[in-house]
Order: sequence, then structure tokens, then C-alpha cells
Amino acid sequence: MSAIERFPAEALPDNGLLRFLTCGSVDDGKSTLIGRLLFDSKTILVDTLHAMKRTSERRGLDIVDLSLLTDGLQAEREQGITIDVAYRYFTTGTRKYIIADAPGHEQYTRNMVTAASTADLAIILIDARKGVLTQTRRHSYLAHLLGIPQIVVAVNKMDLADYSPETFARIKADYLAFANQLGITDVRFIPMSALHGDMVVDRGEHLDWYDGPTLLEILESTPAVHSEHTEKFRFPVQYVCRPQDSANPELHDYRGFMGRVESGELRIGDAVTVLPSGRETRVKDIQVLGESQARAVAEQSVTLLLADEIDISRGDMIVKTGELPQVTKQIDAMLCWLSESPLDPRRKYLLRHTTRDTKAMLAGIEFRVDINTMERQTAERLAMNDIARVRFKLAQPIFADPYAESRGTGAFIVIDESSNNTVGAGMIA
Amino acid sequence: MSTATLSRVILSHLDWLESEAIHIMREVAGQCSRPVLLFSGGKDSICMLRIAEKAFRPGRFPFPLLHVDTGHNYPEVTDFRDRRAAELGERLIVRSVEDSMVRGSVVLKSADEPRNKHQSVTLLEAIEEFGFDACIGGARRDEEKARAKERIFSFRDEFGQWDPKNQRPELWDLYNARSFKGENIRVFPISNWTEIDVWQYIEREHLALPSIYFAHQRPLVRRGGGLLPVTAVTPARAGETIETLTVRFRTVGDITCTAPVISEADSVAKIIAETASTTITERGATRLDDQTSDASMEQRKKEGYF
Repeated sequence: MSAIERFPAEALPDNGLLRFLTCGSVDDGKSTLIGRLLFDSKTILVDTLHAMKRTSERRGLDIVDLSLLTDGLQAEREQGITIDVAYRYFTTGTRKYIIADAPGHEQYTRNMVTAASTADLAIILIDARKGVLTQTRRHSYLAHLLGIPQIVVAVNKMDLADYSPETFARIKADYLAFANQLGITDVRFIPMSALHGDMVVDRGEHLDWYDGPTLLEILESTPAVHSEHTEKFRFPVQYVCRPQDSANPELHDYRGFMGRVESGELRIGDAVTVLPSGRETRVKDIQVLGESQARAVAEQSVTLLLADEIDISRGDMIVKTGELPQVTKQIDAMLCWLSESPLDPRRKYLLRHTTRDTKAMLAGIEFRVDINTMERQTAERLAMNDIARVRFKLAQPIFADPYAESRGTGAFIVIDESSNNTVGAGMIA
Repeated sequence: MSTATLSRVILSHLDWLESEAIHIMREVAGQCSRPVLLFSGGKDSICMLRIAEKAFRPGRFPFPLLHVDTGHNYPEVTDFRDRRAAELGERLIVRSVEDSMVRGSVVLKSADEPRNKHQSVTLLEAIEEFGFDACIGGARRDEEKARAKERIFSFRDEFGQWDPKNQRPELWDLYNARSFKGENIRVFPISNWTEIDVWQYIEREHLALPSIYFAHQRPLVRRGGGLLPVTAVTPARAGETIETLTVRFRTVGDITCTAPVISEADSVAKIIAETASTTITERGATRLDDQTSDASMEQRKKEGYF
């Protein structure tokens, strides 16, 4: 584990950061896969490895159990389950990775939805001996629902299926059959043995008949974008900077609108419209720490200065003139209910969309989805882990895009003001 | 920033992490009425101040800085803390575990007991004194497995407790910082950073650090497989040999539970090279208080620790 191996001395290209999700249960070898990625990318350090070796020996194993790396909280070990999403990190020197490790069971749908909300890619694990299962369908449906553009199906435990190309081909065909029904188009398949390290980081020696990329090669080459649509500029205002009490007289008229570009790109001089007022002006400057920059791109946090004095506060949105989002007080959305208290149609909730909060009331449940069969059912209420197509009426307008076009302006959360808990997650249709 | 693809510029990993952290700090400012930023003079909180500058300048920070001082900190670090706050022109509040001991809210088992875990009590007292509804801290998920499952906006009840089984779902970048009076939100803007990211950011931004992060000569004794600094608070025991070695600290905290590593790295670039090639985890090497049991961090967090 030398420095040279882990971080080559010469400057490497920086391909940014990729966030991905692993779905599957412990039985599918998910923890082993994550352990393998961290181990083969030299992220595991010696003291951690020693602790894993000791525990493996204590449990009577003759190889180091890589799944121990993702061993969770005391509370989870006591119950022998994984309660919550865990985030893990590794780097290849050219790219940084954030793994969201979500528990696989049905009752943890809300955790998978949480983990999927920020992922650019999903790895769906299938045990080669078991093939496509109900949980495979559930994971695929949720990954697709949450708009993850890239899906990688890892057919794991090939070592226990004689590394058989026929088994792999059969599972691939089974998966594609239902993926097409769901509308999933971009899927890649890898035969794998996470336990022995075949096709994770290294190719291994047992899968010569497979000539596609390894998992790490796919991760390294996947674009970190959430949408293939041409992106419209969306800038929800988070905070207004008015340092008028400053000793510097030049700052007396300074009004900086601070936020992060949710999508698209903006340049100095561009014509913009401010919502909800509809007032139009031009971009006078784009700043970070007082320094000008010619443009702002998606995911950058910047401060915008505008040519005209317009009253703008947190919750407003700055967009390019001629590229307006929908300004609406009624939304149709897919909603995942996250709370132990059911969605109550008589109650008002708080809906948070971008940096804007508004009261919301349920106006109807069109159908509930059985996430194991994908069947649509009628429903009066929603319980925890339910997913449904709903309509909300809003007290104030929001500035929305369809979730499929823009995660940042298509997503919302529902908050119960009596507990302040986040109780629902929605995706605007 | 790397070159553009057809429709989209991809941020470098540091640009992305920085932008996420700025966004999180601005959410705190937008959602909370009395936030505070915890600043110890350590490297993670030094990055946090840089992020706060990028988030809020040319305005002032919309929060004061708070340090919960165990009274056992290296003077190089507390001097740095005071100097940095003064340079930025921001208000620094210091509350001391020793004051809690005088009040009787902290009772040590023995005089030389590490005071790190008692910071929780002093922090909760400061939260109550000032009515803080959010505390921004520099903890990272890669530090420890109890942190790997913690939210970026982490809810604490009136006793400051973290309940790992009952965390608020946190989706997209829609953070929920709402709390009732007496409750508190802990916010971790650099949750997604690793130790190497922190060092790369320090290098890129040319951030100044307390001198003890760099290689220096220090008297030490070897005890229990580790190197312990010999100080007024931690004298050598009878029979121990004091050696003077060239070392640096990877983390800085209470003197009684923070140990240095042998190192010749006297610049940030050399530290990055060394960190990249190191074979021991950050806390494994230097934090004596995490090694008590498999779950020691989880336990402390449930009790209100950061």
C-alpha cells in the first residue's frame, strides 16, 4: 500500500465526484462488494484491516470478511439488521466516490428513497443462484422513480454458479424483460464475484468469456449528471447579503443574492426574471468571495448582483428570461410517505420546495403503487413506505419543473409541523 | 473546474464539496434564527471558516464562533484560534469545561481523566445560555462509523441526545432545520469530506494552520503502543524514558487524549503526500478516546457529543 499506488505523483485529471447507490440485501453480498471496492482501491487502512482480521478469526473464518467494514451501529449489531443509510468514501485519484449504502428490506423503502435521491448511478445486486427476485424489481422501480439515470446490474456470486455464461445471459434476459416495462433504458450488466474480486476493480481469472468493463471502469467513465435534457437556469435564492452596516461605503448599496445553481448556466449580462414578482433585469455580476467570475454553472454556490433594484428574498427564484418554470398552486406528484403516522387528508402540511415553504393540503390520491408487483391500487390514506400518485393544493405558488427534467426544481419534502419531522418526499410529474 | 462536456461543466471534486458546504451554511442562515459555528482552531474548523467566508462575504457571518475549551488545549492552537477570529473580525465565544467543573455540572472521576467527553455538558450549557438553535460543526462521516450514518442536519432533543434509530429522512438538498424551543440541530457542512479532501482544500486555499500540525520536536514517552506528549498536564510516569522526537499532530484536541505521529512533514504538500500513503486511520492513530470500545463514539454522540 504505497503512496505511489494510491496517489500517483503527477497531476491526474479531476473527473469530479460520482455519487452512487448500492441496493441489495446482505445476502446478495452487498457489504462484501463495498468492502471489495474500498479494499482494492486501497482505501482500507491497516488498523481497520487488523480489526477485521481479528474479528474474522474470532468468527472462525480463514479469509478476511470484507463485509465487516460496513458493520454498523451498536443498535444494529444488537438486532442483526441495518437500520439506516450509511455513506462511505473512496477515491481513485481521478475521481472521488460517495457510496450510499441502503438496507434492502421492504420496510426500509424510505431509506432506499433517501439514498437514491442524491445518486447518479445505482448498482443493483443479484445473487447469480437466485436470479431476478421481487426485491430486484422493487429496487429497480425505486431507482427509476428517483430518476437515477444509470443502472448497473451486478450479477454477483458467480463463483457459486460455476462462472456460467448461460446463467448470466438468463438473468440478463429476465431483467431486461421487466426493465422495459418500467421504462428503464440505460442498464449495464456485469458478472461478478465480490468475494474473490472478479470484475470489481480487477478482472480476476474466472470470467474470461466476459469482455465488458469492470465495475470500477464503469464508475470511472459514468458522467455525473442527473439529466440528459437541455438544462434551464434555476437559481433559488437562499440568503440575501446586505452589508449596509459595514464601514466600507462602497458596500452601502450592495445587495447580493446568494444560492446554488440548481441547473443550467448563467453569464454576466444575461437577462433574468425574478419569481414570483415577474420583474426582469440583467445580471450585473457573479461573485464568490468578492471576486467576479464570468459565468456560473450547475451545482456552483455563487452570489448574483442584478442591474436593477428589485425586492428579492429567500424563497424567490431567479431564472433566465424566456425559460420560465411552471408557477403553480397545484401539483401532481409521486409521493413516498416516510412517517409512522399516516398521511392524513384532513391535515395541512408544510411543503418545502427549493428554498420555499408553503402550506399544503392533499387534494386526492390517484393511486398507490404496490412496489413488489407495480400494480396500481386505490387508497384513502398512505402509511409508511407507501408510494402513490397524489395531488396537493398549495397556499403559495411554487416555481416547478417536472422531476424527470430537473431534480432540483422537481423535488419537494413534506414536513409535519406538529413534530417538525420530514414525513414525505415528492417528485413532481 | 475541468473542461466542459457538451452541455455541462463538471466541477472538480473540491469545487463540488466546497459548493455543497456553502449551500449547507446558507441553509442554516436562512432557516435558523440563532445559529453558532463551533471553532476549535483545528484543521476541519479552519476549513469551515473559509467556507463561511465564501458563503457570506462581503457580509459578516450570520453567527458567532464558539469554542468549548477543555482547559487542556495546546497553547499554539488556542492562540491561533484567537488570532484567526480577530483577523476575520467575527465574534468568538469561549466557554470552558473548567467553568462547568466549578459549577458542579461536570464531575471528573479522577483529576487526570480526559475531558473531551465532558465538552458535551459545557456545549449544552452554552446552547442554553445563548439560545442557539443550530450548531455548525466540522465533523466528517469518514472519521468514525457512528458518523457514517449521521445526517448533515442532525436533530438533537432537549438533552442534546442523538437517536440513531429515529433520524429525520434527508433527501436531495432539501434540509430540515426546524426545531422547537430547547431542541437543537447539529449541522455538518463537510460531512462528505475525507481527511485527504481537507488537506487538499487547505493547500488550494492557502489556509494557515497552528504550528503543531507541522513536524516539530517534542518530548514524548512511549506508552501502550502509542506516543504520548509530555506536558504539564501529562507528565511522564515513574520509570518512563522521555525521548525528543520529530512529530506532527493529525488531529488536535484535548492534550490528554490527542497523540502525535512521527513525521518529517513540515509543509501542507508533504502532509498530503504522507496522508495519501499512510496506513493508519486518522482517529486510530491519534485519538485515544475512540479506542475504548467498538461503539465509543456512538455512545458519546447519544450523550450529546458532537
